[in-house]
Amino acid sequence: MSGHSGSAETPIVKIRGLHFAHGSRVIFDGIDIDIPRGRVTAIMGPSGTGKTTLLKLIGGQLRPDAGTIEVDGIDVHRLSRRDLFRLRMRMGMLFQSGALLTDIDVFENVAYPLREHTDLPESMIRVLVLMKLEAVGLRGAHDLMPAELSGGMARRVALARAIALDPMMVMYDEPFTGQDPISMGVLAKLIRRLNDAVQITSVLVSHDVEETSAIADLIYVISGGKVVEQGTPDQLSISTSDQVRQFMRGLPDGPMRFHYEALPLVEELLGSGRKP
Amino acid sequence: MLDALARFGRHGMAALERFGRAHLLFLQIVAGITSLLPRPGLLVTQTYSVGVRTLVIVTVSGLFVGMVLALQGYYVLSQFAAEDSLGVMVAASLVRELGPVVTALLFAGRAGSALTAEIGLMKATEQLSGLEMMAVDPVRRILTPRFFAGLISMPVLAALFSAIGALGGYFVGVGLLGVDDGAFWSQMQAKIDWNEDVINGVIKSLVFGLVCTWIALFQGYDSVPTSEGVSRATTRTVVHSALAVLVLDFVLTAMMFGE
Repeated sequence: MSGHSGSAETPIVKIRGLHFAHGSRVIFDGIDIDIPRGRVTAIMGPSGTGKTTLLKLIGGQLRPDAGTIEVDGIDVHRLSRRDLFRLRMRMGMLFQSGALLTDIDVFENVAYPLREHTDLPESMIRVLVLMKLEAVGLRGAHDLMPAELSGGMARRVALARAIALDPMMVMYDEPFTGQDPISMGVLAKLIRRLNDAVQITSVLVSHDVEETSAIADLIYVISGGKVVEQGTPDQLSISTSDQVRQFMRGLPDGPMRFHYEALPLVEELLGSGRKP
Repeated sequence: MLDALARFGRHGMAALERFGRAHLLFLQIVAGITSLLPRPGLLVTQTYSVGVRTLVIVTVSGLFVGMVLALQGYYVLSQFAAEDSLGVMVAASLVRELGPVVTALLFAGRAGSALTAEIGLMKATEQLSGLEMMAVDPVRRILTPRFFAGLISMPVLAALFSAIGALGGYFVGVGLLGVDDGAFWSQMQAKIDWNEDVINGVIKSLVFGLVCTWIALFQGYDSVPTSEGVSRATTRTVVHSALAVLVLDFVLTAMMFGE
């Protein structure tokens, strides 16, 4: 199911002139991104810059206001619903919450896409599910319910489900958020290992600089609706851009504001006493 | 004044938009019936969840409603020495009105609110988005089986409500108040008309089942994916369903029994 139609040199995801706004708030203001095949590409940036929105746009869950997004040479937003679903069968997505179905156990969650999209016999489904769970180290947890899993385990089960159909690309939405250091390290190694072992493309959205830099081949830094910088982790670590330096080093002062736009504090404190 | 008018206009437009979205969702849900045919198990599971789990509240309520009807009816009928007609009065009230209406109100409170909360929480925890990204249509996979389960369950529940209610009426009327056993059942059998009473009652319960399940599913699917949003949606399901049932009951009664 992971058949790649393009050559190794052509990017698997090609974004051109992407504009997207939530009401009056502009999220993307004409960004261009190329995601190369077979690599781990990270999209980084401060909270609220639209990183998750970008994944939803790539997956066709949202429509851009302008611009195009091509996945494996196909314009995602020109597809019929049937063709979009066909494309999504070749894309896996790991949601921030895991998004496991809570009324079925771990085994059934991983088996779900196989049951929905294939006619494989039960014995084959069992083997495939156990292999996917083994890959994420949770074969022994196959009969647990999602409510019995820790956050890190739930994400690993979700990862096993995301790769159940052997997709050409997996998108990870903030996989490290809220994880303890051990889970974080395990997940990071798992993402890298899966990427290298089966030559899939990984698109990773995160604001966790250290873990992401350790596994990414290429990083795009987004801020203010634009791509601020792109390059390898080493290139970004010596970047002269103020925004990139502030983000990569976690500095409170810089072009990216910590405080939401507001009146000066003194003016507001001595003001009318009403809510602004 | 202008501000108030503008606000009114905005609310009106938002309500119309929701109304339109609800109808589009209804069409999508009904069109999804083709996906149910190869997987009848989905319908069976949901019929158990929506229908069987509502049985207790419906049967217990039916029993007590029938008992109260017999008590009240006996005191009125005995003033005209017409106690023997108690069976007809209880059965007609149940089959024509109370069966479909009270069952629908109980259904909205038990099954409808549960459906809204379930769908709303699935949305809030990204389970619906997860299905979309797995190339599975959440409307066909999640909403359609629940809709048809509601549609099947409501008439059956209403019939059970009426049947248990009639038994409750029998216990009180014949067992406690001394109405003649034979008169109770024979008058009921003679005066309750299959088409006029029973079929009309079934039609009402089908319509109520459709509307209550549709409202519950739409409210869940359209809810704001936060705890407050799901809570508001659940409340709206109960309120909107109750109002819709009572208004529709009047309309249907006027159409079925009006001169």
